[in-house]
Amino acid sequence: MLAVVAWHVVWQRIAHPDHAFALALWRTVYISVAAQLIGVCLGLITALMRMSRLRVLRLVSGAYVLVFRGTPVIVQIFFVYFGANLLFGFTLIPNTVNFGLFALNGAVFAGIVALGINEGAYMREIYRAGIDAIDKGQMEAAKSLGMTYGLAMRRIILPQAARVIIPPLGNEFNNMLKTSSLVFFIGVTELFGDAEIRNSTAFQPVEYFTAVAFWYLVLTTIWSVIQAQIERALAREERGDQISFRERVFQAWAPVAAWRTGGSR
Amino acid sequence: MLLATEVQKHFGRLHVLKGVSLELSRGEVVCLIGPSGSGKTTFLRCVNHLEAIDGGRIEVDGELIGYRERRGRLVEDSERAIARKRSRIGMVFQRFNLFPHKTALENVIEAPLRVLGLPKQRCVTEGEQLLERVGLEDKRDVYPGKLSGGQQQRVAIARALAMKPALMLFDEPTSALDPEMIGEVLAVMSELAHEMTMLVVTHEMGFAREAANRVAMMDDGQIVEEAPPAELFGAPAEERTRRFLSKIL
Repeated sequence: MLAVVAWHVVWQRIAHPDHAFALALWRTVYISVAAQLIGVCLGLITALMRMSRLRVLRLVSGAYVLVFRGTPVIVQIFFVYFGANLLFGFTLIPNTVNFGLFALNGAVFAGIVALGINEGAYMREIYRAGIDAIDKGQMEAAKSLGMTYGLAMRRIILPQAARVIIPPLGNEFNNMLKTSSLVFFIGVTELFGDAEIRNSTAFQPVEYFTAVAFWYLVLTTIWSVIQAQIERALAREERGDQISFRERVFQAWAPVAAWRTGGSR
Repeated sequence: MLLATEVQKHFGRLHVLKGVSLELSRGEVVCLIGPSGSGKTTFLRCVNHLEAIDGGRIEVDGELIGYRERRGRLVEDSERAIARKRSRIGMVFQRFNLFPHKTALENVIEAPLRVLGLPKQRCVTEGEQLLERVGLEDKRDVYPGKLSGGQQQRVAIARALAMKPALMLFDEPTSALDPEMIGEVLAVMSELAHEMTMLVVTHEMGFAREAANRVAMMDDGQIVEEAPPAELFGAPAEERTRRFLSKIL
């Protein structure tokens, strides 16, 4: 079975990436990062809206989650890219979107926007859980010191909620790296698109998709290492001990060192 | 300093405060005692508007708390105005409520720095003095998680004092503490009682007897009796006070 696979093709895709591939890889990375950033901001805004005294804002926030968690991302991507044009007769997303410093392909921009809005709905729930996890006494203590709601949120509640939010945020980004492959369907040649386009001429699906799976694995693995570092840093801060990286490595080796001195005795 | 008149408070259908009136002049220390559920803590929380009141009025230092008067009616204040008035009232909570992501000193200087906008160097100097005053100068860089309950509560007192409040509220400050730590917190409070205006909800009758100018007994949402401690503990006028004291003394 495995012998049928042309392993040299897989190896070729992994060991000798060409320029088009590098570009596709880079697209996947920046689409994911940009969409996640939008999601992080939108999630925070809508999480705060949910706690607002104004009913309208609470309703908007609720409807947002209902719609964007309740419909497929691919539909949302199509809607942002084609939808406005079909429904209202104008093109929401031009072919090239100019940001002054740089320009983006319209499809890439639509993909980032759609993924970001979708992500915001999930992030809102993560913020909500994080903020709810903070003891009510914290807000009361802050208020009793004369802080306004906004200041207390910024200085007291959110920094504490961050510790609850960061681990699931990491998982969300891991997901985003993979979900971003959907923008291929509006014509963006990212990592998955690159594989599919080559496959359509070579017709070696197993080889090309095995290689692309490997590259996704590389991305998510790199991210999980970064995520673990961030979480460890947060946990260390929480414990309140301030030991350096060198000390930590040294401590990890201490049992081994003890065993060795024990042996020489 | 504090003037509460006929304060009413409901939680849903539960009538918690049924017309509470209390007056504290400058420098006076009043202890609120009474059975649990009598409304002591609720009343205290109304004083800095952590709870809105349904009737009556509360003034601190001549300022109406939580509301402003418009054509003879009381309208709820803006958030900013409420916050400004609260900054003049210190509060110490039963469960300390220190900010766990900040060191002892950072806890103390947070509000002067961010609310009053005072220069950092000045905040730090004053913060260190306050920590020294509660006997914790060596803990300035320690996080609350590494402090004992008694130490945390002393930091919380220092944190409230950092705003130079006109009035200090204590909500059962020793109830969440292990017995051996109650003394250190009460010692700090007794020291403070010489110079501050304080309203203290407490079950520590020894503290009330020694540090308070007056003791007010609350029951069922009302102040049933109010007298200097010697009088109230020695010869309570009300039957309900007698019954309560006989259970706890």
